[in-house]
Amino acid sequence: MMRCGVVTFPGSLDDADTLYSLSEVLGVEAVPLWHKDRGLHGVDSIVLPGGFSYGDYLRSGALARFSPVMDSVVEFANSGGLVMGLCNGFQILCEAGLLPGALVRNQSLLFVCRAAHLRVERNDTAFTNSCSEGERLLLPIKHGEGCFVANADTLERIEGNGQVVVRYVDENGETTQAANPNGSLNNIAGIVNEAGNVFGMMPHAEHACDRALGMDDGAKFFRSIEAQLARGNAS
Amino acid sequence: MSGGGLEVDEKAAIEHGLTAEEFADVCRAIGRKPNLAELGVISVMWSEHCSYKSSRAVLRDLPNDGPRVLQGPGENAGAVSIGDGLAAVFKIESHNHPSYIEPYQGAATGVGGIMRDVFTMGARPIANLNSLRFGSFDHERTRYLVSGVVAGVGGYGNCVGVPTVGGEIYFDRGYNENILVNAFTLGIVQADRIFRAEASGVGNPVLYVGSKTGRDGIHGASMASTEFDDETEEKRPTVQVGDPFTEKLLIEACLELMEKDAIVAIQDMGAAGLTSSSVEMADRGGVGIRIDLDKVPKREEGMTPYEILLSESQERMLIVARAGAEQQVRDIFDKWDLDAAVIGEVTDDGFLRVLSGGEEVVALPVGPLANGAPIYERPYAQPRKQAELQRLSLQDIPPPGDYNRTLTRLLATPNIASREWVFSQYDQFVGGNTVVRPGSDAAVVRVKGTNKAIALSVDCNSRYCLLDPYVGAMTAVVESARNVVCAGAEPIGVSDCLNFGNPEKPEVMWQFREAVRGIRDACEALALPVVSGNVSLYNETEGRPIPPTPTIAMVGLIEDVRLHCTQWFRNEGDLVVLLGRTREELGGSEYLAALHGIVRGTPPWIDLGVEAAVQQVCLQAIREDLVRSAHDVAEGGLAVALAECCISGPEGRLGAEIELEASIRPDAWLFGESQSRILISLQSRNLTRLREVAAAKDTPLTVLGSVRGNRLRIGRLLDVEVSELHSVWSGALASLMAEDGVEAG
Repeated sequence: MMRCGVVTFPGSLDDADTLYSLSEVLGVEAVPLWHKDRGLHGVDSIVLPGGFSYGDYLRSGALARFSPVMDSVVEFANSGGLVMGLCNGFQILCEAGLLPGALVRNQSLLFVCRAAHLRVERNDTAFTNSCSEGERLLLPIKHGEGCFVANADTLERIEGNGQVVVRYVDENGETTQAANPNGSLNNIAGIVNEAGNVFGMMPHAEHACDRALGMDDGAKFFRSIEAQLARGNAS
Repeated sequence: MSGGGLEVDEKAAIEHGLTAEEFADVCRAIGRKPNLAELGVISVMWSEHCSYKSSRAVLRDLPNDGPRVLQGPGENAGAVSIGDGLAAVFKIESHNHPSYIEPYQGAATGVGGIMRDVFTMGARPIANLNSLRFGSFDHERTRYLVSGVVAGVGGYGNCVGVPTVGGEIYFDRGYNENILVNAFTLGIVQADRIFRAEASGVGNPVLYVGSKTGRDGIHGASMASTEFDDETEEKRPTVQVGDPFTEKLLIEACLELMEKDAIVAIQDMGAAGLTSSSVEMADRGGVGIRIDLDKVPKREEGMTPYEILLSESQERMLIVARAGAEQQVRDIFDKWDLDAAVIGEVTDDGFLRVLSGGEEVVALPVGPLANGAPIYERPYAQPRKQAELQRLSLQDIPPPGDYNRTLTRLLATPNIASREWVFSQYDQFVGGNTVVRPGSDAAVVRVKGTNKAIALSVDCNSRYCLLDPYVGAMTAVVESARNVVCAGAEPIGVSDCLNFGNPEKPEVMWQFREAVRGIRDACEALALPVVSGNVSLYNETEGRPIPPTPTIAMVGLIEDVRLHCTQWFRNEGDLVVLLGRTREELGGSEYLAALHGIVRGTPPWIDLGVEAAVQQVCLQAIREDLVRSAHDVAEGGLAVALAECCISGPEGRLGAEIELEASIRPDAWLFGESQSRILISLQSRNLTRLREVAAAKDTPLTVLGSVRGNRLRIGRLLDVEVSELHSVWSGALASLMAEDGVEAG
């Protein structure tokens, strides 16, 4: 069975919700990992959850990457382990250099919390294999610094390699300006690394697992990881 | 300046906000004149903010007992049982004065403070609400204040990981120079694990945990006990600065410690900081307390005893621990990288004794500090213009020429327009319990590990309260109860936040007394206990008081979360039914205020028996799964309520065809705000049973029409596409905020 580690940094907020969704809603084994502890306790996948690690006081994710546990996370990722960063977790993965680009203040300068439509650009990744290509998903977003930016070369490379996994779209699946909640380049909501084993996105999969709370498309990301692991994670 | 032995005189006492008589009382109570540090301690403990000296005598009338009540007023927050061995812990509190001076930090620290009041009791906070009042949009500061306060509420709440699931926001020129920021937190705790702030056990150590003490917020409590004038801007340094990151760590550390057997008593250092927390804990336990200021973790060098005692630095708690548990406390706070220092101990002499540099700088008896402030029976008198204010002749008011336009204009007024611009700045999801997000009559959060959920609403129509504070306050209670009923919840407890002007004015005191009487009568009729609350007086600038604003926070219990209900229409073909009766009542309506510029008349009357019956019918109908939606009819009347049913749902919009019942003026029928009304939609096959339920309670029921198409049609008077209604309603607040240059929050 999948054994997924969820890291708690000081200021992590969605860590408990991720653990709850994994164990109580999806029925997989969830293991809390503590930022001061280098040990990964035999997990086969890792989620860096949302929140405001270290208050995001310097820059989102900038301090969390120096936590002792991050040495182990980077090592795990470099050896092909599956790592998913959600919201602040995505920001930390960018700061740690595991994903290209950066997340900056929303174009509106306001925090934004709402349900957002996403389009699955690739369903052949370890994180989206339970979706169909082009599928439209509904997930919550809640962030003040979710505007994905990258320099022109990097953006071209990300797009050229097909590293964009999900984009913000409208009700009809179109990548319109109005559907872009934060000003992200090319409506990018989530990307994978070149090797395909590290994934980050701003939307909150962990808050969309339980139908009782209104949205359940987020479960597909965790189910995809589970399926990938069942296949032996041949990344 | 050290506390030292230098005595202060009456002049210094008056500068600290005491009256000459109060200073004489102080000297009598302690048998001598106080020194400066002692005067600082006494003046905050005897301030209106801490002592409730003007309001206490009146508040005694409020009902605060009942079979579910586990903790009534007097602790950090109230608690009511929700069954399954669990309790809901909640409180609403004001942070008005600081928010006007510095909107972002004022609002942020308001949210931080109320959360500490709740987790101090051992409860994990699971939902925040807020009630905000601003001036009109034609006032130069309004946009700046709105954007700052909303950003502050979000900036703090979002970073702490407690969702903001609802609230209310009103605009009225009566708040131009005194905005209101009332913050509410709900927490859940095991009923047998509620922590209290009652010090005991002579020799038990007193620990200081959380942030270090700085010079911020000194005399915040006294600042909140006076009116504003043209020097208010200079009071900016009295506003505290919040650090939500530390608050998050503090929540986790405190809740982890509470699982151990280490804590005897615990209290937040809120208003008046270290002073009030030590005095109040000692007073509740009937003991003394000794603290050594040299051991207090400090942010800056050279702070005097006076400053340390009165600092309102945020994110700090005071704990009386079991002797021998000191290391256990330190270990847990170490884990969360927070300070924990033993700064004193519980004593048996009934005195607050404060040491600094080895010398005793404060030695004051706890009892007189906590309870010695005089209790004033302030004179009261109905304002002379009250009767004139209530006079309203409908003959002089022409009916609208174009009802479509009247409705769209109402939907675009700041008080009715969609609050999406505000709520979208708050994290509504964190915690994983939010079943109904902001935008319905009440928010609904589930209680993990049970089938239950809690419905929450805050409410007050201060225009009604201005016209008739008694009826207005009753309305706040019954309407917030009706809101949670519409979500399928039984109302089980109230927290009130009473915002008024200067109580030394007989007219303001009259408003206050009338409002408390209204709350009392409504709570008694609905069998609701007021278990916690807050009084905020002196909300006035240059002699102009705010409209009386007794904000009511209502907590309701849903036994089976699957049977919760929302306000919007859900299915084409469903019947639309009105519970309750529409009378020709336009006094105090949004329609008259916004479209005719008339703020007068008497607010809609309430028959508490009828109200209770309507609520019981609606609740039973939801529990029997008869209805698809239920919506309270409030500001803007039936037409606005119908429009909201059509356009407020998260998934798509539905029209309705409604027959006009024209026994009264059509504008009164459409836009009047008669109380005790609920709009319901249901499948036609459930109508017979609903009629039985209503008949059993003698509640009027009218079938108004059905959910149909993509237009809202009301008789021959009104016919608009719902997409147009949605467009004006959803965009209005954002465009109002975008006009002119808004300073970024």
